[in-house]
Amino acid sequence: MADPMRIRAQVAGDKATVRVLMSHEMETGQRKDSAGKTIPAWFIQDVTAQHNGKTVMTAQWGPAVSKNPFLQFNVKGAKVGDKITISWVDNKGEKRSDEAVVS
Amino acid sequence: MNKTLATLALLGAAAIVAGCATAPAPAVLDQQALAMMKASFRDQGIATVERLNQDLAQQACSAEKAPSEAVTKQVEAESLASIKWPSGGQYLGDWRAGERLAQSGVGMAWNNPSAEPAGNGGQCYNCHEINRAEVSFGTIGPSLWNYGKLRGVKNVTDPAAAAVVQYTWGKLWNSKAYSACSNMPRFGHMKLLNEQQIRDLMALLLDPASPVNR
Amino acid sequence: MSHPSDATALKTILIASAMLASLAAGAQTKSTADGIAEYRKMLEDGNPAELFEAKGEALWKQRRGPKNASLEQCDLGKGPGVVKGAWVEMPRHFADTGRVQDLESRLLTCMETLQGFNAAEIAKTPFGRGEQSNVTALATWIAGSSRGMKFNLPQGHAEERRSYELGKRAFFFRGGPMDFSCATCHSEEGKRIRLQDLPVLTKNPGDGLGFAAWPAYRVSNGEMWSMQLRLNDCFRQQRFPFPGFASEATIALGSYMGVNAKGAVSIAPAIKR
Repeated sequence: MADPMRIRAQVAGDKATVRVLMSHEMETGQRKDSAGKTIPAWFIQDVTAQHNGKTVMTAQWGPAVSKNPFLQFNVKGAKVGDKITISWVDNKGEKRSDEAVVS
Repeated sequence: MNKTLATLALLGAAAIVAGCATAPAPAVLDQQALAMMKASFRDQGIATVERLNQDLAQQACSAEKAPSEAVTKQVEAESLASIKWPSGGQYLGDWRAGERLAQSGVGMAWNNPSAEPAGNGGQCYNCHEINRAEVSFGTIGPSLWNYGKLRGVKNVTDPAAAAVVQYTWGKLWNSKAYSACSNMPRFGHMKLLNEQQIRDLMALLLDPASPVNR
Repeated sequence: MSHPSDATALKTILIASAMLASLAAGAQTKSTADGIAEYRKMLEDGNPAELFEAKGEALWKQRRGPKNASLEQCDLGKGPGVVKGAWVEMPRHFADTGRVQDLESRLLTCMETLQGFNAAEIAKTPFGRGEQSNVTALATWIAGSSRGMKFNLPQGHAEERRSYELGKRAFFFRGGPMDFSCATCHSEEGKRIRLQDLPVLTKNPGDGLGFAAWPAYRVSNGEMWSMQLRLNDCFRQQRFPFPGFASEATIALGSYMGVNAKGAVSIAPAIKR
């Protein structure tokens, strides 16, 4: 399983700002190694964010997103103690899911 | 009497301890530093530990303070004498090739496959403004914008331009000839660039048709 | 249904366009430098170095190696297990090894004596691989534990003072085919290579600059750079031969820069272009 994500979710007024750092190579499939061989594409394709189990955001990513991606978004109506879950699936079918509590 | 002897012994002991705690003399530290440098590096690719053997110019300029006037003069004289002037008296090449060389910082590092000058760049923009159209330039060296124009070089074969042309060649070949502790690499003397490449850089700076002299 | 990710993407595109427009309008050095400063500011939120800090913290506490022990008894100069404040007092002299050591050298010592790893093997391992990548993660977390603190390297021991003196000589040592020394680039105020400003390292260059800015995550190649890797790449660009990992010269340079940086606030782990 890939390295864990770092998730921070902080309340600001009537919403919570969620910041996520994901650990992923995000290989575009365009690069060549020193031997001239193409490094295979390997990148996150689907991202899902859930607030207390309800999906609030989905995203479809491609090779344009850089290595160790940083994602930031707001969730309306989130309160202290609520659970935020972030999940991703990459083009190889590997997955990762992590959660954080809104503070 | 015993008390005096005891006091003297104590003072002697204190002197020895103080001697241990006293810093080594600067010359000793210099030696230790040289030994440390030799012991702390290893060969990697084309970058071998022989590169740490210093010539006079390097050695003289390895301190916080500038070398003495005598040493400065010696370095500059030896450097001037080492300059190889271009074959056939042809000083200039192609300024377009010169611009490409000035842009490239490739070569001579341990990750480069060969030390052959033909594969190296001059890395000039790392330190100098040259063509003003290039905004990504360094400031370790002076601006070279309008280099030939500012020095009144309209025709490089004109005897009036000879002094400037020769100085520029000399500076590129062995910068230390004119300034013992110059920060600029010695492109000809250290075989970083070959004769044709230096001709191309000369053209970039001195050819009236070069964009540098607009 | 519009997705917040669309809004974020649009915002990113708009910011990028604005920056490109400001770069194109007037190709003056100042606006190019401003554009780069803006880009750097944008990078500050969400530093991937945090991923390495988290990894380092876990490695510190985890039982590993032939001796199946954690690093929690490792003495980084302020007593076994004391991590906070250790980074800003290194390199320093250690009685048990009888020499001045920087953080990565000290981690090798602890990984060998406490956990049974082979320090020489780790030192030979290239950056980013095997146990060497673990050393980088540990160094990132340990440095991060002193975030916001001021450099205050001890110079009470004769060996610490000697390390400073040797580091100074290493700093001014001109060598290699280009006659470069550290001083060639880092001894004069207001200089830069291309558009990269150069901190002056013969004195305190200021909070969060020079010695106070590493370890750092480098966005351009997506790598976490420890101080040893930063020095390694300096020497590569100086066209020197390869510096041994945690060799005496690299430690002495750390002493020289660290003592000169006395009072500077550490921002490690930082983020760089």
